[in-house]
Amino acid sequence: MSFSDSLPPQLHVVAITLAQILAVTVVLILCVAYLTLAERKVIGYIQNRIGPNRVGPKGLLQPFADVLKLLLKEVVVPANADRFLFIIAPVLSITPALAAWAVMPLFPGFILANINAGLLYVLALTSLGVYGVILAGWASNSKYAFLGAMRSAAQIVAYEIAMGFALVAVVMASGSLNLGEIVQAQAGGAGLLNWFWLPLFPLFIVYFISGLAETNRAPFDVAEGESEIVAGFHVEYSGVSFAVFFLAEYANMILISALTAVFFLGGWLSPFQGWFAADSLLGAPGFFWFALKTAFFLFCFLWFRATFPRYRYDQIMRLGWKVFIPVTIVWIFVLGAMIAFKLPPWFA
Amino acid sequence: MAEIHNYTMNFGPQHPAAHGVLRLVLEMDGETIQKADPHIGLLHRGTEKLAESKPYNQSIGYMDRLDYVSMMCNEHGYVLAIEKLLGVEVPLRAQYIRVMFDEITRILNHLMWLGAHGLDIGAMTMFLYCFREREDLMDCYEAVSGTRMHAAYYRPGGVYRDLPDSMPRYQYSKFRSKKEIDRLNQVREGSMLDFIQDFSERFPKCVDEYETLLTDNRIWKQRTVNIAVVTPERAIQLGFTGPMLRGSGVEWDLRRKQPYEVYERMDFDIPVGLNGDCYDRYLVRVEELRQSNRIIAQCVEWLRNNPGPVIAADHKVTPPSREQMKGDMESLIHHFKAFTEGYCVPEGEAYAAVEHPKGEFGVYLISDGANKPYRVKVRAPGFPHLAALEEMVKGHMLADVVAVIGTQDIVFGEIDR
Repeated sequence: MSFSDSLPPQLHVVAITLAQILAVTVVLILCVAYLTLAERKVIGYIQNRIGPNRVGPKGLLQPFADVLKLLLKEVVVPANADRFLFIIAPVLSITPALAAWAVMPLFPGFILANINAGLLYVLALTSLGVYGVILAGWASNSKYAFLGAMRSAAQIVAYEIAMGFALVAVVMASGSLNLGEIVQAQAGGAGLLNWFWLPLFPLFIVYFISGLAETNRAPFDVAEGESEIVAGFHVEYSGVSFAVFFLAEYANMILISALTAVFFLGGWLSPFQGWFAADSLLGAPGFFWFALKTAFFLFCFLWFRATFPRYRYDQIMRLGWKVFIPVTIVWIFVLGAMIAFKLPPWFA
Repeated sequence: MAEIHNYTMNFGPQHPAAHGVLRLVLEMDGETIQKADPHIGLLHRGTEKLAESKPYNQSIGYMDRLDYVSMMCNEHGYVLAIEKLLGVEVPLRAQYIRVMFDEITRILNHLMWLGAHGLDIGAMTMFLYCFREREDLMDCYEAVSGTRMHAAYYRPGGVYRDLPDSMPRYQYSKFRSKKEIDRLNQVREGSMLDFIQDFSERFPKCVDEYETLLTDNRIWKQRTVNIAVVTPERAIQLGFTGPMLRGSGVEWDLRRKQPYEVYERMDFDIPVGLNGDCYDRYLVRVEELRQSNRIIAQCVEWLRNNPGPVIAADHKVTPPSREQMKGDMESLIHHFKAFTEGYCVPEGEAYAAVEHPKGEFGVYLISDGANKPYRVKVRAPGFPHLAALEEMVKGHMLADVVAVIGTQDIVFGEIDR
């Protein structure tokens, strides 16, 4: 007679859900921690360096050393800052980044909350994240932070639209708003050729680049703009409050990578589905494929950061409004035609 | 409520893109710059005044610290001015060594500039790529003068000593694998000239590598093309020199127009820009990297085949060798005099300028016949460039200010002096 059996059935469900939430969150935060290390290592090797290798074997404990350092630092709230907003802003930016994972299909048959409008939920939450940035910039009462917030606000409007249109196409192609069903819709005998990246190729690119922009990563990191506005919206943040922003940025990176994998690369589907037997190692769907795809996009995030110069703020706007949005709109019509003519293998 | 259009912003002195201690007071309308007011003087060390109170040779070290990324070129300007007044003859080998190190310095400076400019615009990998090659040239500085930065290698009458027969090598340590250290030491087995030759052979490939990252990069072009355009006429009026002037399309290079040392024997091209924007200035400097490398290769070739003295034998100005000093009374006296009171320079004034990596670096020297200069005035190329900052950034955006500071190749050591 275990402990869970002694609970009433309703509580049983709650306990299991809580345990699942806890498991996903803990794993996610660990991923964030190691993503920071991976970033420093990957960029290090790209730049002829070796990255951190002092704390623990091969530097593997570096993230914990960083966290410890940031936890021990004093949180300075500037004298003229709006105290309440200043403190709440980092929380506002991390919450959506974590909450969006509720509808993420991690492996076949596992979603924390299998809701029908999962895609809308994701869209809503990823847009909410920017409030943290804007409030941080506003509440800091610093010109640099304010400029960062303004840039971020303008940027998010442009890229949110492009992102939304790209997702409209995903909905059209899969016929569902549920993320698990979107993954299922990409299954088929042609393996990776069945996934949506092929028929939706321009949108796939647009979505990922918009994702880069939405997470304020290079080359779209104008809200942070190291060399122009010092650190942008989080210039006044220190200690834990800074760490939370940092955490949020990396959690968002993982989220965007995972979403791109789900929407365009078939989530947990195997790229060799139909080529190998469904129960063989390479042919079976599973968490492994999902993680691999996510890791690939994360690597792209880091790779771009090490390779590209930073856009100027008005150039980002131009790219968003004049290139991405028209591309998405045109491709939605192309996609409509493809669906109408039942183009195999995707829409047959 | 009053309508507020503009606001002021303090850019620096502690700012990641301030290149040291630039304080820029910006008046902005949104992100657009209406007015930029550079404040200088935060790195003022009174070099010119200090030089008045010590023998000539003792100020060579101060010259290193003016533009601290092109050390030997600063020394060169100062040493040339003294030589002009003294009228000493510099041995040919010393002239070649000077030209070679001027060009090594130019590469050092341009690599530093390229890395910092890239970093300012967000291409941070450039910085580390450039520093990889810079490290080798720093080793040359170290081999020849004993120090990586503030060499004090040039002396009136020549250079302090001949090129060494060996290069400093990496020692085995637990931080690097044995294989890697052997690889690094492989090119350091021979003499310094071997090392420099090896460098000049592989350097063009490195420049190609930098260019693949930037030259055709769309973002890089968007950030630099048509930013801070300066017309040729305006560039001359503003007193631009060096790559800033050549970027605007004026073919002016002291190495060609007023050749000093052995530059007239060298085969090299002078790149000029077309539009006078940040991108052209970038291209000019990158091409200068290649041209400097060409000059270095020619110098190495000549220096290999022509041994000889590297400092004038006039021991009223230059110290005698250690060996002479041990056996010869007069040399001992010369040595004592050279290292206590130095030498006296005939009354008069002289201006000598070199084509410094940043432009025309001139030293104006007045001597009253004593062993110390009466007055030293340094013409720093960065000063007129910085003075033109407002004109260059007006109407551009905040992010362009950073690009313009980068393109001007500002170093505060020489501007504040």
